[in-house]
Amino acid sequence: MTELFTYLVSGIALGSSFALIGSGFVVVHRVTRVVNFAQGSIAVVGGMLSATLLDGLLPHGLAEPLAVVICGAVGLAVGFLALGRRGTPPLISLIVTLGVSMLISAAIIWLWGQDPVSPPGLDGSTTLLGVTVERQRLLVVGATVLAFTGLALFFSRSYVGKALTASASNPFAARMVGIDVRRMGLLAFALAGMLGGLAGVLVAPTNAVSFYSDLPLALSGFAAAVFGGLVSPLRTLVGGLGLGIAGQLTAGYLNGSYQTEAALLLMLVIMIARSSTFVHEEAK
Amino acid sequence: MLHIDDLVVRYGSAVAIDGLSLHLEAGEMVALVGPNGAGKSTLINTITGLVPPASGSVRCEGRVAQVPEGRQMFADMSVEDNLLLGGWSIRNRDLTEVFDLLPDLAGLRRRKAGRLSGGQQQMVAVGRALMARPDLLAIDELSLGLAPLVVAELAEHLRVLNRERGTAVLLVEQEVGLAFDVCARACVLEAGRVVASGPSASVAESDAVRRAYFGDLAADETKAEAVR
Repeated sequence: MTELFTYLVSGIALGSSFALIGSGFVVVHRVTRVVNFAQGSIAVVGGMLSATLLDGLLPHGLAEPLAVVICGAVGLAVGFLALGRRGTPPLISLIVTLGVSMLISAAIIWLWGQDPVSPPGLDGSTTLLGVTVERQRLLVVGATVLAFTGLALFFSRSYVGKALTASASNPFAARMVGIDVRRMGLLAFALAGMLGGLAGVLVAPTNAVSFYSDLPLALSGFAAAVFGGLVSPLRTLVGGLGLGIAGQLTAGYLNGSYQTEAALLLMLVIMIARSSTFVHEEAK
Repeated sequence: MLHIDDLVVRYGSAVAIDGLSLHLEAGEMVALVGPNGAGKSTLINTITGLVPPASGSVRCEGRVAQVPEGRQMFADMSVEDNLLLGGWSIRNRDLTEVFDLLPDLAGLRRRKAGRLSGGQQQMVAVGRALMARPDLLAIDELSLGLAPLVVAELAEHLRVLNRERGTAVLLVEQEVGLAFDVCARACVLEAGRVVASGPSASVAESDAVRRAYFGDLAADETKAEAVR
Protein backbone atom coordinates (compact mmCIF):
# COMPACT_ATOMS: atom_id res chain seq x y z
CA MET A 1 0.00 0.00 0.00
CA THR A 2 2.87 2.35 0.93
CA GLU A 3 4.53 1.50 -2.39
CA LEU A 4 1.37 2.33 -4.30
CA PHE A 5 1.02 5.66 -2.49
CA THR A 6 4.65 6.49 -3.30
CA TYR A 7 4.02 5.80 -7.01
CA LEU A 8 0.84 7.85 -6.88
CA VAL A 9 2.60 10.87 -5.38
CA SER A 10 5.53 10.73 -7.79
CA GLY A 11 3.04 10.14 -10.63
CA ILE A 12 1.05 13.23 -9.65
CA ALA A 13 4.26 15.28 -9.53
CA LEU A 14 5.42 14.03 -12.95
CA GLY A 15 1.89 14.33 -14.35
CA SER A 16 1.75 17.94 -13.16
CA SER A 17 4.67 18.79 -15.41
CA PHE A 18 2.97 16.97 -18.32
CA ALA A 19 -0.14 19.02 -17.60
CA LEU A 20 1.87 22.26 -17.68
CA ILE A 21 3.43 21.32 -21.03
CA GLY A 22 0.01 20.16 -22.25
CA SER A 23 -1.65 23.41 -21.23
CA GLY A 24 0.92 25.17 -23.41
CA PHE A 25 -0.29 23.07 -26.35
CA VAL A 26 -3.88 24.00 -25.45
CA VAL A 27 -3.24 27.75 -25.10
CA VAL A 28 -1.55 27.92 -28.51
CA HIS A 29 -4.01 25.62 -30.27
CA ARG A 30 -7.08 27.44 -28.95
CA VAL A 31 -5.97 30.76 -30.36
CA THR A 32 -4.03 29.76 -33.49
CA ARG A 33 -5.18 26.16 -34.30
CA VAL A 34 -1.45 25.31 -34.39
CA VAL A 35 0.00 22.28 -32.56
CA ASN A 36 3.28 23.60 -31.19
CA PHE A 37 5.71 20.68 -31.07
CA ALA A 38 8.52 22.89 -29.76
CA GLN A 39 6.87 22.69 -26.30
CA GLY A 40 9.05 19.75 -25.18
CA SER A 41 12.27 21.47 -26.26
CA ILE A 42 11.30 24.64 -24.41
CA ALA A 43 10.72 22.60 -21.24
CA VAL A 44 14.25 21.18 -21.60
CA VAL A 45 15.61 24.71 -22.08
CA GLY A 46 13.83 25.69 -18.85
CA GLY A 47 15.52 22.88 -16.89
CA MET A 48 18.92 23.58 -18.42
CA LEU A 49 18.67 27.34 -17.90
CA SER A 50 17.71 26.99 -14.25
CA ALA A 51 20.73 24.69 -13.73
CA THR A 52 23.06 27.27 -15.30
CA LEU A 53 21.56 30.21 -13.41
CA LEU A 54 21.66 28.33 -10.11
CA ASP A 55 25.31 27.45 -10.68
CA GLY A 56 26.62 30.46 -8.77
CA LEU A 57 24.83 33.16 -10.77
CA LEU A 58 21.52 33.57 -8.98
CA PRO A 59 19.90 32.18 -5.83
CA HIS A 60 16.79 30.00 -5.68
CA GLY A 61 13.68 32.09 -6.13
CA LEU A 62 15.31 34.32 -8.75
CA ALA A 63 16.94 31.80 -11.07
CA GLU A 64 13.75 29.79 -11.66
CA PRO A 65 11.46 32.73 -12.53
CA LEU A 66 14.14 34.17 -14.82
CA ALA A 67 14.44 30.81 -16.60
CA VAL A 68 10.66 30.77 -17.03
CA VAL A 69 10.62 34.32 -18.45
CA ILE A 70 13.43 33.46 -20.90
CA CYS A 71 11.43 30.40 -21.98
CA GLY A 72 8.52 32.77 -22.60
CA ALA A 73 10.77 34.78 -24.92
CA VAL A 74 11.82 31.55 -26.67
CA GLY A 75 8.12 30.67 -27.05
CA LEU A 76 7.48 34.11 -28.56
CA ALA A 77 10.31 33.59 -31.06
CA VAL A 78 8.84 30.18 -31.98
CA GLY A 79 5.50 31.93 -32.51
CA PHE A 80 7.05 34.52 -34.84
CA LEU A 81 8.56 31.77 -36.96
CA ALA A 82 5.55 29.46 -36.86
CA LEU A 83 2.81 32.00 -37.56
CA GLY A 84 4.85 33.62 -40.33
CA ARG A 85 2.82 35.78 -42.65
CA ARG A 86 -0.90 36.26 -42.17
CA GLY A 87 -2.84 33.34 -43.60
CA THR A 88 -0.15 30.71 -43.01
CA PRO A 89 -2.06 27.40 -42.70
CA PRO A 90 -1.85 25.74 -39.24
CA LEU A 91 -0.36 22.59 -40.80
CA ILE A 92 2.58 24.57 -42.18
CA SER A 93 3.01 26.23 -38.77
CA LEU A 94 3.04 22.78 -37.12
CA ILE A 95 5.86 21.65 -39.42
CA VAL A 96 7.74 24.87 -38.63
CA THR A 97 7.43 24.12 -34.88
CA LEU A 98 8.89 20.64 -35.51
CA GLY A 99 11.82 22.22 -37.35
CA VAL A 100 12.31 24.81 -34.62
CA SER A 101 12.22 22.02 -32.03
CA MET A 102 15.17 20.34 -33.79
CA LEU A 103 16.96 23.69 -33.94
CA ILE A 104 16.47 24.16 -30.19
CA SER A 105 17.80 20.64 -29.55
CA ALA A 106 20.91 21.52 -31.55
CA ALA A 107 21.28 24.72 -29.52
CA ILE A 108 20.92 22.72 -26.29
CA ILE A 109 23.76 20.37 -27.35
CA TRP A 110 25.89 23.36 -28.35
CA LEU A 111 25.28 25.22 -25.08
CA TRP A 112 24.98 22.44 -22.50
CA GLY A 113 26.38 19.31 -24.15
CA GLN A 114 24.75 15.91 -24.37
CA ASP A 115 24.82 14.83 -20.72
CA PRO A 116 21.66 14.96 -18.62
CA VAL A 117 21.42 17.97 -16.31
CA SER A 118 19.64 18.15 -12.99
CA PRO A 119 19.60 21.48 -11.15
CA PRO A 120 19.38 21.51 -7.36
CA GLY A 121 15.80 21.60 -6.16
CA LEU A 122 14.09 21.84 -2.82
CA ASP A 123 16.09 19.75 -0.34
CA GLY A 124 14.71 17.23 2.09
CA SER A 125 11.58 15.20 2.36
CA THR A 126 8.43 15.09 4.41
CA THR A 127 6.12 12.34 5.60
CA LEU A 128 2.65 12.29 4.13
CA LEU A 129 0.17 9.58 5.23
CA GLY A 130 3.07 7.45 6.37
CA VAL A 131 5.00 7.79 3.12
CA THR A 132 8.21 9.78 2.68
CA VAL A 133 7.77 12.32 -0.13
CA GLU A 134 10.48 14.58 -1.56
CA ARG A 135 9.67 18.24 -0.97
CA GLN A 136 10.54 19.04 -4.59
CA ARG A 137 7.69 16.80 -5.75
CA LEU A 138 5.28 18.63 -3.45
CA LEU A 139 6.60 21.90 -4.85
CA VAL A 140 5.84 20.68 -8.37
CA VAL A 141 2.24 19.88 -7.40
CA GLY A 142 1.78 23.18 -5.55
CA ALA A 143 3.29 25.24 -8.38
CA THR A 144 1.09 23.45 -10.90
CA VAL A 145 -2.05 24.18 -8.88
CA LEU A 146 -0.98 27.82 -8.67
CA ALA A 147 -0.18 27.97 -12.39
CA PHE A 148 -3.54 26.50 -13.39
CA THR A 149 -5.41 28.79 -10.99
CA GLY A 150 -3.52 31.76 -12.42
CA LEU A 151 -4.27 30.59 -15.94
CA ALA A 152 -7.99 30.25 -15.17
CA LEU A 153 -8.08 33.71 -13.57
CA PHE A 154 -6.10 35.23 -16.45
CA PHE A 155 -8.51 33.88 -19.07
CA SER A 156 -11.71 34.60 -17.15
CA ARG A 157 -10.94 37.88 -15.35
CA SER A 158 -8.32 39.88 -17.24
CA TYR A 159 -9.17 41.99 -20.30
CA VAL A 160 -6.26 40.55 -22.31
CA GLY A 161 -7.21 37.01 -21.24
CA LYS A 162 -10.76 37.62 -22.45
CA ALA A 163 -9.40 38.94 -25.74
CA LEU A 164 -7.37 35.72 -26.08
CA THR A 165 -10.49 33.66 -25.40
CA ALA A 166 -12.44 35.78 -27.90
CA SER A 167 -9.76 35.25 -30.55
CA ALA A 168 -10.11 31.50 -30.00
CA SER A 169 -13.91 31.61 -29.96
CA ASN A 170 -14.52 33.70 -33.08
CA PRO A 171 -11.47 35.12 -34.89
CA PHE A 172 -13.62 37.07 -37.38
CA ALA A 173 -15.58 38.83 -34.62
CA ALA A 174 -12.35 39.39 -32.69
CA ARG A 175 -10.81 41.18 -35.67
CA MET A 176 -14.04 43.10 -36.12
CA VAL A 177 -13.90 44.59 -32.60
CA GLY A 178 -10.27 45.55 -33.16
CA ILE A 179 -8.41 42.68 -31.50
CA ASP A 180 -5.15 41.90 -33.30
CA VAL A 181 -5.60 38.13 -33.59
CA ARG A 182 -2.04 37.56 -34.79
CA ARG A 183 -0.68 39.45 -31.78
CA MET A 184 -2.91 37.31 -29.56
CA GLY A 185 -1.43 34.23 -31.23
CA LEU A 186 2.07 35.45 -30.40
CA LEU A 187 1.00 36.10 -26.82
CA ALA A 188 -0.33 32.54 -26.67
CA PHE A 189 3.03 31.22 -27.86
CA ALA A 190 4.84 33.29 -25.20
CA LEU A 191 2.46 32.02 -22.51
CA ALA A 192 2.96 28.45 -23.70
CA GLY A 193 6.72 28.98 -23.59
CA MET A 194 6.45 30.10 -19.97
CA LEU A 195 4.30 27.08 -19.09
CA GLY A 196 6.77 24.75 -20.79
CA GLY A 197 9.68 26.48 -19.08
CA LEU A 198 7.96 26.17 -15.71
CA ALA A 199 7.47 22.44 -16.32
CA GLY A 200 11.17 22.05 -17.14
CA VAL A 201 12.29 24.06 -14.13
CA LEU A 202 10.08 21.99 -11.83
CA VAL A 203 10.73 18.53 -13.23
CA ALA A 204 14.50 18.77 -13.82
CA PRO A 205 15.58 18.49 -10.14
CA THR A 206 13.86 15.09 -9.82
CA ASN A 207 14.11 13.86 -13.43
CA ALA A 208 17.34 14.99 -15.10
CA VAL A 209 16.80 16.48 -18.56
CA SER A 210 18.94 16.31 -21.67
CA PHE A 211 18.52 17.30 -25.32
CA TYR A 212 16.67 14.05 -26.02
CA SER A 213 14.13 14.59 -23.22
CA ASP A 214 12.19 16.91 -25.54
CA LEU A 215 10.31 14.19 -27.40
CA PRO A 216 9.05 12.25 -24.34
CA LEU A 217 8.04 15.52 -22.67
CA ALA A 218 6.33 16.83 -25.81
CA LEU A 219 4.52 13.53 -26.39
CA SER A 220 3.33 13.28 -22.80
CA GLY A 221 2.24 16.92 -22.81
CA PHE A 222 0.50 16.45 -26.15
CA ALA A 223 -1.26 13.34 -24.85
CA ALA A 224 -2.52 15.34 -21.88
CA ALA A 225 -3.67 18.11 -24.23
CA VAL A 226 -5.44 15.57 -26.42
CA PHE A 227 -7.30 14.39 -23.32
CA GLY A 228 -8.43 18.01 -22.97
CA GLY A 229 -9.55 18.04 -26.60
CA LEU A 230 -6.79 20.63 -27.22
CA VAL A 231 -9.20 23.24 -25.83
CA SER A 232 -9.65 22.65 -22.10
CA PRO A 233 -6.80 23.41 -19.65
CA LEU A 234 -8.70 21.71 -16.80
CA ARG A 235 -9.18 18.44 -18.70
CA THR A 236 -5.53 18.71 -19.74
CA LEU A 237 -4.60 18.78 -16.07
CA VAL A 238 -6.64 15.62 -15.48
CA GLY A 239 -5.04 14.01 -18.55
CA GLY A 240 -1.55 14.96 -17.42
CA LEU A 241 -2.08 13.56 -13.94
CA GLY A 242 -3.50 10.34 -15.42
CA LEU A 243 -0.48 9.96 -17.68
CA GLY A 244 1.97 10.67 -14.87
CA ILE A 245 0.36 8.14 -12.56
CA ALA A 246 0.12 5.52 -15.33
CA GLY A 247 3.80 6.07 -16.16
CA GLN A 248 4.96 5.74 -12.56
CA LEU A 249 2.83 2.64 -11.97
CA THR A 250 4.29 1.14 -15.16
CA ALA A 251 7.80 1.96 -13.99
CA GLY A 252 7.10 0.66 -10.49
CA TYR A 253 5.33 -2.57 -11.24
CA LEU A 254 6.54 -3.40 -14.76
CA ASN A 255 9.61 -1.74 -16.27
CA GLY A 256 10.87 1.86 -16.19
CA SER A 257 11.80 1.83 -19.85
CA TYR A 258 8.13 1.29 -20.80
CA GLN A 259 7.03 4.64 -19.32
CA THR A 260 6.94 6.54 -22.63
CA GLU A 261 5.38 3.57 -24.41
CA ALA A 262 2.64 3.50 -21.77
CA ALA A 263 2.03 7.22 -22.33
CA LEU A 264 1.89 6.73 -26.10
CA LEU A 265 -0.48 3.79 -25.76
CA LEU A 266 -2.71 5.79 -23.48
CA MET A 267 -2.68 8.70 -25.95
CA LEU A 268 -3.65 6.34 -28.75
CA VAL A 269 -6.57 4.98 -26.73
CA ILE A 270 -7.68 8.51 -25.79
CA MET A 271 -7.48 9.72 -29.40
CA ILE A 272 -9.54 6.80 -30.65
CA ALA A 273 -12.07 7.21 -27.84
CA ARG A 274 -12.34 10.96 -28.38
CA SER A 275 -12.30 10.93 -32.20
CA SER A 276 -16.05 11.66 -32.30
CA THR A 277 -15.51 14.72 -30.08
CA PHE A 278 -12.80 16.02 -32.42
CA VAL A 279 -15.12 15.66 -35.41
CA HIS A 280 -17.78 17.57 -33.49
CA GLU A 281 -15.36 20.34 -32.50
CA GLU A 282 -14.03 20.62 -36.06
CA ALA A 283 -17.60 20.90 -37.31
CA LYS A 284 -18.22 23.79 -34.91
CA MET B 1 -18.05 61.85 -42.58
CA LEU B 2 -17.65 58.74 -44.77
CA HIS B 3 -16.06 59.23 -48.17
CA ILE B 4 -15.78 56.28 -50.53
CA ASP B 5 -14.34 57.05 -53.96
CA ASP B 6 -13.91 54.71 -56.95
CA LEU B 7 -13.66 51.69 -54.66
CA VAL B 8 -12.74 48.35 -56.19
CA VAL B 9 -12.64 45.17 -54.10
CA ARG B 10 -11.67 41.80 -55.48
CA TYR B 11 -11.71 38.24 -54.18
CA GLY B 12 -9.04 36.69 -56.35
CA SER B 13 -10.17 37.36 -59.91
CA ALA B 14 -13.81 38.03 -58.94
CA VAL B 15 -14.80 41.69 -58.64
CA ALA B 16 -17.10 42.27 -55.65
CA ILE B 17 -17.11 46.09 -55.66
CA ASP B 18 -16.63 47.77 -59.02
CA GLY B 19 -15.75 51.46 -58.88
CA LEU B 20 -18.23 52.41 -56.15
CA SER B 21 -18.48 55.93 -54.73
CA LEU B 22 -20.60 56.78 -51.70
CA HIS B 23 -20.65 59.68 -49.23
CA LEU B 24 -22.34 59.93 -45.84
CA GLU B 25 -22.82 63.07 -43.77
CA ALA B 26 -22.43 63.03 -39.99
CA GLY B 27 -25.59 61.82 -38.27
CA GLU B 28 -27.13 60.56 -41.52
CA MET B 29 -29.00 57.25 -41.79
CA VAL B 30 -28.53 55.53 -45.13
CA ALA B 31 -30.00 52.25 -46.30
CA LEU B 32 -27.99 50.04 -48.61
CA VAL B 33 -30.16 47.56 -50.49
CA GLY B 34 -29.66 45.21 -53.39
CA PRO B 35 -29.87 41.58 -54.44
CA ASN B 36 -27.66 38.80 -53.08
CA GLY B 37 -24.11 39.12 -54.35
CA ALA B 38 -24.45 42.86 -55.01
CA GLY B 39 -21.47 43.56 -52.74
CA LYS B 40 -23.28 45.00 -49.72
CA SER B 41 -21.52 42.92 -47.04
CA THR B 42 -18.18 43.34 -48.82
CA LEU B 43 -18.69 47.09 -48.75
CA ILE B 44 -19.38 47.04 -44.99
CA ASN B 45 -16.36 44.80 -44.36
CA THR B 46 -14.19 47.15 -46.42
CA ILE B 47 -15.42 50.22 -44.54
CA THR B 48 -14.54 48.55 -41.21
CA GLY B 49 -11.13 47.46 -42.51
CA LEU B 50 -11.74 43.71 -42.53
CA VAL B 51 -11.40 43.47 -46.31
CA PRO B 52 -8.66 45.45 -48.07
CA PRO B 53 -9.58 47.47 -51.19
CA ALA B 54 -7.87 46.66 -54.47
CA SER B 55 -8.04 50.34 -55.45
CA GLY B 56 -9.90 53.54 -54.62
CA SER B 57 -10.24 55.03 -51.17
CA VAL B 58 -12.33 54.68 -48.01
CA ARG B 59 -11.99 57.55 -45.56
CA CYS B 60 -13.99 57.87 -42.35
CA GLU B 61 -13.82 60.95 -40.11
CA GLY B 62 -14.46 59.27 -36.77
CA ARG B 63 -14.83 55.80 -35.36
CA VAL B 64 -16.74 53.12 -37.18
CA ALA B 65 -18.16 49.95 -35.64
CA GLN B 66 -19.90 47.00 -37.24
CA VAL B 67 -22.90 44.83 -36.47
CA PRO B 68 -22.04 41.84 -38.65
CA GLU B 69 -24.26 39.51 -40.61
CA GLY B 70 -25.09 36.45 -38.52
CA ARG B 71 -24.36 38.38 -35.31
CA GLN B 72 -20.97 36.68 -34.76
CA MET B 73 -21.15 36.25 -30.99
CA PHE B 74 -18.33 35.07 -28.77
CA ALA B 75 -20.70 32.22 -28.04
CA ASP B 76 -19.09 30.69 -24.95
CA MET B 77 -18.57 34.05 -23.28
CA SER B 78 -21.06 36.04 -21.23
CA VAL B 79 -23.04 38.95 -22.62
CA GLU B 80 -21.01 41.24 -20.39
CA ASP B 81 -17.72 39.93 -21.81
CA ASN B 82 -19.05 40.28 -25.36
CA LEU B 83 -19.91 43.91 -24.63
CA LEU B 84 -16.60 44.61 -22.90
CA LEU B 85 -14.67 43.27 -25.87
CA GLY B 86 -16.67 45.57 -28.12
CA GLY B 87 -14.84 48.43 -26.44
CA TRP B 88 -11.41 46.86 -27.01
CA SER B 89 -10.26 49.37 -29.65
CA ILE B 90 -10.72 52.33 -27.27
CA ARG B 91 -10.30 50.35 -24.03
CA ASN B 92 -13.83 51.32 -23.00
CA ARG B 93 -15.04 49.14 -20.13
CA ASP B 94 -17.97 51.29 -19.03
CA LEU B 95 -21.21 49.47 -19.79
CA THR B 96 -23.51 52.20 -18.44
CA GLU B 97 -24.15 53.95 -21.75
CA VAL B 98 -25.03 50.73 -23.52
CA PHE B 99 -27.32 49.60 -20.72
CA ASP B 100 -29.02 53.02 -20.81
CA LEU B 101 -29.76 52.63 -24.50
CA LEU B 102 -30.48 48.87 -24.46
CA PRO B 103 -31.80 48.21 -20.93
CA ASP B 104 -32.73 44.59 -21.71
CA LEU B 105 -29.03 43.74 -21.90
CA ALA B 106 -28.49 44.57 -18.22
CA GLY B 107 -30.67 41.62 -17.22
CA LEU B 108 -28.81 39.30 -19.60
CA ARG B 109 -25.28 40.30 -18.63
CA ARG B 110 -24.38 37.00 -16.93
CA ARG B 111 -25.91 34.76 -19.64
CA LYS B 112 -23.77 32.97 -22.23
CA ALA B 113 -24.21 34.82 -25.54
CA GLY B 114 -24.51 31.58 -27.50
CA ARG B 115 -27.57 30.57 -25.53
CA LEU B 116 -29.62 33.70 -26.23
CA SER B 117 -32.44 33.99 -28.76
CA GLY B 118 -31.70 35.51 -32.16
CA GLY B 119 -33.23 38.85 -31.17
CA GLN B 120 -31.27 39.00 -27.93
CA GLN B 121 -28.06 38.15 -29.78
CA GLN B 122 -28.74 40.91 -32.29
CA MET B 123 -29.20 43.32 -29.40
CA VAL B 124 -25.84 42.16 -27.95
CA ALA B 125 -24.26 42.68 -31.38
CA VAL B 126 -25.61 46.24 -31.51
CA GLY B 127 -24.51 46.87 -27.90
CA ARG B 128 -21.06 45.44 -28.59
CA ALA B 129 -20.66 47.77 -31.56
CA LEU B 130 -21.82 50.74 -29.46
CA MET B 131 -19.11 50.01 -26.87
CA ALA B 132 -16.62 51.40 -29.41
CA ARG B 133 -18.55 54.72 -29.19
CA PRO B 134 -18.81 54.87 -32.98
CA ASP B 135 -19.58 57.91 -35.07
CA LEU B 136 -20.77 55.53 -37.78
CA LEU B 137 -22.58 52.26 -37.12
CA ALA B 138 -22.43 49.85 -40.06
CA ILE B 139 -25.14 47.19 -39.73
CA ASP B 140 -25.25 44.12 -41.93
CA GLU B 141 -28.72 42.54 -42.05
CA LEU B 142 -30.41 43.77 -38.89
CA SER B 143 -33.58 41.73 -39.42
CA LEU B 144 -32.08 38.43 -40.60
CA GLY B 145 -33.98 35.54 -39.00
CA LEU B 146 -35.80 37.74 -36.50
CA ALA B 147 -39.50 38.12 -35.71
CA PRO B 148 -41.14 41.39 -36.92
CA LEU B 149 -41.79 42.62 -33.37
CA VAL B 150 -38.12 42.14 -32.43
CA VAL B 151 -37.02 43.92 -35.61
CA ALA B 152 -39.36 46.83 -34.85
CA GLU B 153 -37.86 47.15 -31.36
CA LEU B 154 -34.30 47.11 -32.72
CA ALA B 155 -35.22 49.69 -35.37
CA GLU B 156 -36.60 51.95 -32.67
CA HIS B 157 -33.32 51.63 -30.74
CA LEU B 158 -31.46 52.75 -33.87
CA ARG B 159 -33.70 55.79 -34.28
CA VAL B 160 -33.12 56.76 -30.63
CA LEU B 161 -29.36 56.25 -31.03
CA ASN B 162 -29.33 58.47 -34.10
CA ARG B 163 -31.60 61.14 -32.59
CA GLU B 164 -29.97 61.36 -29.16
CA ARG B 165 -26.31 60.76 -29.98
CA GLY B 166 -26.07 61.74 -33.62
CA THR B 167 -24.58 58.40 -34.61
CA ALA B 168 -24.63 57.90 -38.36
CA VAL B 169 -26.04 54.56 -39.55
CA LEU B 170 -25.31 52.60 -42.70
CA LEU B 171 -27.92 49.86 -42.81
CA VAL B 172 -27.55 46.91 -45.17
CA GLU B 173 -30.92 45.21 -45.25
CA GLN B 174 -32.77 42.66 -47.36
CA GLU B 175 -36.06 43.80 -45.85
CA VAL B 176 -36.43 46.94 -47.99
CA GLY B 177 -39.58 48.14 -46.23
CA LEU B 178 -37.72 48.29 -42.94
CA ALA B 179 -34.62 49.87 -44.49
CA PHE B 180 -36.59 52.65 -46.20
CA ASP B 181 -38.68 53.22 -43.08
CA VAL B 182 -35.65 53.64 -40.80
CA CYS B 183 -33.34 55.55 -43.17
CA ALA B 184 -34.08 58.84 -44.89
CA ARG B 185 -31.70 58.09 -47.77
CA ALA B 186 -31.14 54.88 -49.69
CA CYS B 187 -28.71 53.46 -52.21
CA VAL B 188 -29.31 50.45 -54.43
CA LEU B 189 -26.33 48.24 -55.23
CA GLU B 190 -26.09 45.90 -58.18
CA ALA B 191 -22.98 43.98 -59.20
CA GLY B 192 -20.80 46.12 -56.98
CA ARG B 193 -22.08 49.48 -58.23
CA VAL B 194 -24.56 52.07 -56.98
CA VAL B 195 -27.40 52.01 -59.54
CA ALA B 196 -29.85 54.27 -57.68
CA SER B 197 -29.50 56.72 -54.84
CA GLY B 198 -31.66 59.39 -53.22
CA PRO B 199 -34.44 59.90 -50.68
CA SER B 200 -35.80 56.51 -49.58
CA ALA B 201 -39.35 57.33 -50.71
CA SER B 202 -38.30 57.94 -54.31
CA VAL B 203 -35.75 55.11 -54.43
CA ALA B 204 -38.48 52.74 -53.23
CA GLU B 205 -40.40 53.51 -56.45
CA SER B 206 -37.38 53.11 -58.74
CA ASP B 207 -36.86 50.40 -61.32
CA ALA B 208 -33.57 49.55 -59.61
CA VAL B 209 -35.37 48.38 -56.47
CA ARG B 210 -37.98 46.49 -58.45
CA ARG B 211 -35.23 44.85 -60.50
CA ALA B 212 -33.22 44.01 -57.39
CA TYR B 213 -36.08 42.40 -55.54
CA PHE B 214 -38.56 41.24 -58.18
CA GLY B 215 -36.23 40.54 -61.11
CA ASP B 216 -36.18 42.04 -64.62
CA LEU B 217 -39.71 40.87 -65.28
CA ALA B 218 -41.20 43.33 -62.79
CA ALA B 219 -39.22 46.23 -64.25
CA ASP B 220 -40.23 45.25 -67.81
CA GLU B 221 -43.87 45.13 -66.79
CA THR B 222 -43.60 48.59 -65.26
CA LYS B 223 -42.09 49.97 -68.47
CA ALA B 224 -44.76 48.26 -70.56
CA GLU B 225 -47.45 49.79 -68.38
CA ALA B 226 -45.86 53.21 -68.74
CA VAL B 227 -45.84 52.84 -72.56
CA ARG B 228 -49.51 51.79 -72.54
